[in-house]
Amino acid sequence: MSTDILHEVTQGDYKYGFTTDIETDIIPIGLSEDVVRLISAKKNEPEWMLEFRLKAYRHWLTMKMPEWAHLDIPKIDYQSIAYYAAPRKNAPQSLDEVDPELLKTFEKLGIPLHERMALSGIAVDAVMDSVSVKTTFKESLSELGIIFCSFSEAVEHHPDLVQKYMSSVVPYTDNFFATLNCAVFSDGSFVYIPKGVRCPMELSTYFRINAMNTGQFERTLIIADEDSYVSYLEGCTAPMRDENQLHAAIVEIVAMKNAQVKYSTVQNWYPGDKNGKGGIYNFVTKRGICKGENSKISWTQVETGSAITWKYPSCILLGDNSSAEFYSVAVTNHHQQADTGTKMLHIGKNTSSHILSKGISAGFGQNSYRGLVKINPAAENSRNFSQCDSLLLGDKCGAHTFPYMEVNNDTSIVEHEATTSKINEDQIFYCNQRGISTEDAVGLIVNGYAKEVLNQLPMEFAVEAQKLLQITLEGSVG
Amino acid sequence: MLEIKNLHANINGKEILKGLDLVVRPGEIHAIMGPNGAGKSTLASVLTGNQTFEVTKGEVTFYGKNLLELTPEDRSREGIFLSFQYPVEIPGVSMVNFMRTALNEHRKYKNMEPLSATDFLRIMREKKTLVEMDNKLANRSVNEGFSGGEKKRNEIFQMAMLEPRLAILDETDSGLDIDALRIVANGVNKLKRPDNASIVITHYQRLLEYIVPDFVHVLYDGRIVKTGGKELALELEDKGYDWIKKEVEENI
Repeated sequence: MSTDILHEVTQGDYKYGFTTDIETDIIPIGLSEDVVRLISAKKNEPEWMLEFRLKAYRHWLTMKMPEWAHLDIPKIDYQSIAYYAAPRKNAPQSLDEVDPELLKTFEKLGIPLHERMALSGIAVDAVMDSVSVKTTFKESLSELGIIFCSFSEAVEHHPDLVQKYMSSVVPYTDNFFATLNCAVFSDGSFVYIPKGVRCPMELSTYFRINAMNTGQFERTLIIADEDSYVSYLEGCTAPMRDENQLHAAIVEIVAMKNAQVKYSTVQNWYPGDKNGKGGIYNFVTKRGICKGENSKISWTQVETGSAITWKYPSCILLGDNSSAEFYSVAVTNHHQQADTGTKMLHIGKNTSSHILSKGISAGFGQNSYRGLVKINPAAENSRNFSQCDSLLLGDKCGAHTFPYMEVNNDTSIVEHEATTSKINEDQIFYCNQRGISTEDAVGLIVNGYAKEVLNQLPMEFAVEAQKLLQITLEGSVG
Repeated sequence: MLEIKNLHANINGKEILKGLDLVVRPGEIHAIMGPNGAGKSTLASVLTGNQTFEVTKGEVTFYGKNLLELTPEDRSREGIFLSFQYPVEIPGVSMVNFMRTALNEHRKYKNMEPLSATDFLRIMREKKTLVEMDNKLANRSVNEGFSGGEKKRNEIFQMAMLEPRLAILDETDSGLDIDALRIVANGVNKLKRPDNASIVITHYQRLLEYIVPDFVHVLYDGRIVKTGGKELALELEDKGYDWIKKEVEENI
């Protein structure tokens, strides 16, 4: 039976495919030094920022797109992309000034931008295309000395912090996509948690790509000073588009002594249609540094969208006794491809890292886990435990695991476990026999499989993520 | 309630059921016995819509509805329950979540509102007591790490939750020690009502000491070849199946 049924239930359509009619301010397509200057000028940036962009742009010209990933990436013409788009209207001061069309879009996405937001205790720095539209809870956060604003505002109001930490984790020369981001990034979020402060709410950003042929180049910088704590949520959905869209973001996290940062992502960009036409290319560089002793960084990601995903949220464990975690669920359906995983670089003594990766492949999807665990000679008594599981739905999809380990001292312990399983017909029939449809059964089984990762998400996000897994793998039955 | 006429079914092109007839009325308990490979479990699979099997001929009606046209989930919602011989494990899915999903699907089918969390947990507590199921089991993932006996008890618990009109117990006694057997049988007896019925598939007479059948059928070579009262089970226990095989062959 079930290849047919599985085939059927995995043919769900993308449910968030709509666009809003907001006039956008787009720079002509193509990339040159003039375009970089134009972006910087549009944003009224100081000279040092322009210099940084130009330095990155010149370096980018010497680089080639990486080809080592287990991905089939169509040729990208970087001269046919528009590198900047912003909603035309000036930044609003209150909700009344926000474009009603935009509010409706957020409504459809279920983003609680007004009262519901206050109730759910989340501050949303909503990013529409490239410019921050509205930042909430800023005041109550600023009483604690917390800075949560758009990257542009940070450049304007907190240049010392930006200059000190920007590019300190991901250097401008890091990789092709990161370097491109350094040259043309449009906006993003900035977070600073001062010493000894525990951020009282989940900080959240919703991203959305919404202009034809517009590259999206976000930049996020999170700094957690000594003894501080912050949990940051990033979630995205994008409207349906025919043209492929490039997304090359950078996220940098700095955790000082005893600081803890928890970064959670639910990614649901348009994955392309059933035949693999369209969809977002998501080439992201995310990296954190546990700079101080006893610091901790935790990455949790639920990746259901994008046509191609190239993403390795990583940690540099520099401080002694620091620890890092990576929890991931990656789903590829139809013709989606994902090459995702993490890097854990152990430098300090007694550092520990934990990797839990759950891949789910359906349709013709290709899902690869790629991970590096590197223990430096000085990282005595370090520990790593990695577990990589793959679940296959149907017989035309693929799951691949590429774990790399480099252990350079003999006091450290590195463990790796991997499993591959197919969704079981008997499990589905068992659910059917209890009155549960095949579609719901797949949802139940997949959510059960991914539970350990979903449990890491903050409550509201976990519910959303569960729905998303179900929507991604189902939809056409019943 | 259930009427099976001249049922033929194949697996991978091999005919297993070869013209089976059976009528079950409300309030009755039917035992189906027979040697290995006679088609006992196939019957359970075909009635519940397992698509590994292909029905090639015959009719099955359940309260007048053509059962063979219904999806497996609709057969369940119509009130047919199968206690599996080998219940599967579903890692990560809690019994609470599983049962609540199932029960609410049944309610939706009957145009009833979903149960509130409080009501659901109350019903779950009641039914757990009924089948003497450990509290801890209900908080674990579906059948994950359950012993053979715990899995069977969990099947009866689910049956108690879903209150089927027709329960099919497929070798529920296999792998059970005598205490577990008694608990499972007690559960089944407590759930017995004038308006529901059971088909008990078993190899041994042992289970029928606890669940007393109204009819005992012998399934051999894909057909019911002999039907009697509960004393037929004792006779089979005593004499084995060979005399029946001989009888059948003589009739050909």
